[in-house]
Amino acid sequence: MDLLSNLGLGFATAASPENLLFCLIGVILGTLIGVLPGIGATATIAMLLPITFELEPVSSLIMLAGIYYGAQYGGSTTAILINMPGESSSAVTAIDGYQMARRGKAGTALAVAALGSFFAGTVATVLVALFAPPLTAIALEFGAAEYFSLMVLGLVSAVALAHGSFLKALAMVVLGLLLGLVGTDIYTGDPRFTLGRPELADGLSFVGLAVGVFGIAEILRNLEGGEADRTVLGQSLGGLWPSREDLKRMVAPMLRGTILGSALGILPGGGAVLASFGSYTIEKRLSKTPEEFGRGAVAGVAGPESANNAGAQTSFIPLLTLGIPANPVMALMVGAMIIQGIVPGPNVATEQPDLFWGIITSMWIGNLMLIVLNLPLIGIWVKLLKVPYHLLFPIIIAFSSIGVYSVKGNVFDLFTVAFFGLLGYAFLKLRCEPAPLLLGFVLGPLLEENLRRAMILGRGDPSVFLTRPISASLLVLTVMVIAVMLLPRVRRKREEVFVEGD
Amino acid sequence: MRKSFDPTDALAGIVFIAFGLFFGLSSLLRLDIGTAFRMGPGYAPLVLASVLLLLGVLILLSALRTAPEPVTALAWRGMLFLLPAPILFGLTVRGLGFVPAIFLATLLAAFASPRMRPWQAVVLALAVTVFSTLVFSYALGLPFRRFGPWLPV
Repeated sequence: MDLLSNLGLGFATAASPENLLFCLIGVILGTLIGVLPGIGATATIAMLLPITFELEPVSSLIMLAGIYYGAQYGGSTTAILINMPGESSSAVTAIDGYQMARRGKAGTALAVAALGSFFAGTVATVLVALFAPPLTAIALEFGAAEYFSLMVLGLVSAVALAHGSFLKALAMVVLGLLLGLVGTDIYTGDPRFTLGRPELADGLSFVGLAVGVFGIAEILRNLEGGEADRTVLGQSLGGLWPSREDLKRMVAPMLRGTILGSALGILPGGGAVLASFGSYTIEKRLSKTPEEFGRGAVAGVAGPESANNAGAQTSFIPLLTLGIPANPVMALMVGAMIIQGIVPGPNVATEQPDLFWGIITSMWIGNLMLIVLNLPLIGIWVKLLKVPYHLLFPIIIAFSSIGVYSVKGNVFDLFTVAFFGLLGYAFLKLRCEPAPLLLGFVLGPLLEENLRRAMILGRGDPSVFLTRPISASLLVLTVMVIAVMLLPRVRRKREEVFVEGD
Repeated sequence: MRKSFDPTDALAGIVFIAFGLFFGLSSLLRLDIGTAFRMGPGYAPLVLASVLLLLGVLILLSALRTAPEPVTALAWRGMLFLLPAPILFGLTVRGLGFVPAIFLATLLAAFASPRMRPWQAVVLALAVTVFSTLVFSYALGLPFRRFGPWLPV
């Protein structure tokens, strides 16, 4: 069977000693930084991105993927132990996880989260392996018009699922697209918006922008209020292994969470956030003892944790098959691929099957490492939680500066970091989410190229986007998404979801 | 505008309008727009900038009909010490070399928090310098000059 031989190739790649090592390093670094206060998965990857550039493409992407789910796992740990979700997708875990910790069952909560994540990760890996090849085959038939329409749909629905005002998020995407166009025009060689700086001829530094907007701006936001000392609950974590009864109670939520998360993860935008929130709502509604929710229900941890991990995994599907990032972390992966000289898209699977399948199988290996490593290491993570923030952020700044500089040895990129740190912070203050900006930035050049190509093929007639059936249906979907988002009822409902989700 | 007006959203709208104007006008004035058939370098930016301008206006208009939300304090001290840190690193890494540059940048960044005591900042900066010199310069072998030509070493 094809699937088996493909997975075999993947395991052969991912299980080579050096790739195993980089996967391990990625998972540990990711968890470490995910556990440290005030740094989310996106900022972590942006910061560590440059370290991976020295590696082989496969190893570097495997390590980045490891950092991603490691950071997510670390985020759940902080959610449970100190009621401080590392990122929005583990916000729901904090509700019941923290209550379990308060009742002396912190160890159980952590184990439930880890087991749920592992199960979801396993299922989602198989799903990625099953669905990626047929999708790739479809994507190979895509022309410039289809790609253009697909990107428009992707960007608009990413915005629809983002936090806050729809209009502002849309504006951030468009601004990101424009920033992505800075640099030399590939068709004519004309410099665009370079302000006469030769350093901008290659475009704005992707790493500099990401580190500024996600790293520096976040630190500034954290420095606003007096940084409170964090109190970690419970001197002892309690027993680690869930009792037989707890295990029984987590099976069904875990299954449902996995299904929901896998489906939503493929959607562009905050699929993982929506998945964990959705799973919590479903479990509460289906539970025979809904009054337990909010007071430490096992299902309230198992469901959302499975959902968000499944979503994190399946969000690799659009990246690997279409080359289109579903969320900011995937946008960073696209950036990493481009810097490594790989053009993300359907060709990756056929031209570099070892890379493609290696990444997919390494996800499963990484998840296994997480569960094997982290349950015994929880004691260390708890100690790390107590590191005061004011000792941390100078280290982050130092490593970010080194990282950004090491990409090209370009001093100008460091100015980019400072500029986008300031701009990112300004946007945070203006209540504009930075994630759509990064998605736009990555897709800007691709969008323009496909637009130009489609228009040349269509001889300057824009109806080319509507006469090709796939392109037309993608655009119709886009219009539907916008229309639905502007309905007052949906708008109110969406705000409610995100308010509760926070 | 009389009773409810959200300054945050209004400012956001103005910022987007400003970016839209910048990109739009630079495309119009400096770049070849071309035709829809053969797009010049200015075509796509001009279209996008117009969309951004329109969105900015819509955000500004809707801000005039929204109740204001409380604004939190700005991290002035953070901005003052944090933002110049990467710049300082950039300006000194070639001249002074990697080791002094990373020390100075970390030290500067450390003062962004009022909780940081001077001795802590120095110890922290030293530790970061030693660690990153060992990891990045020796172990990873990144091609940085450890001490630059500005120093009489």
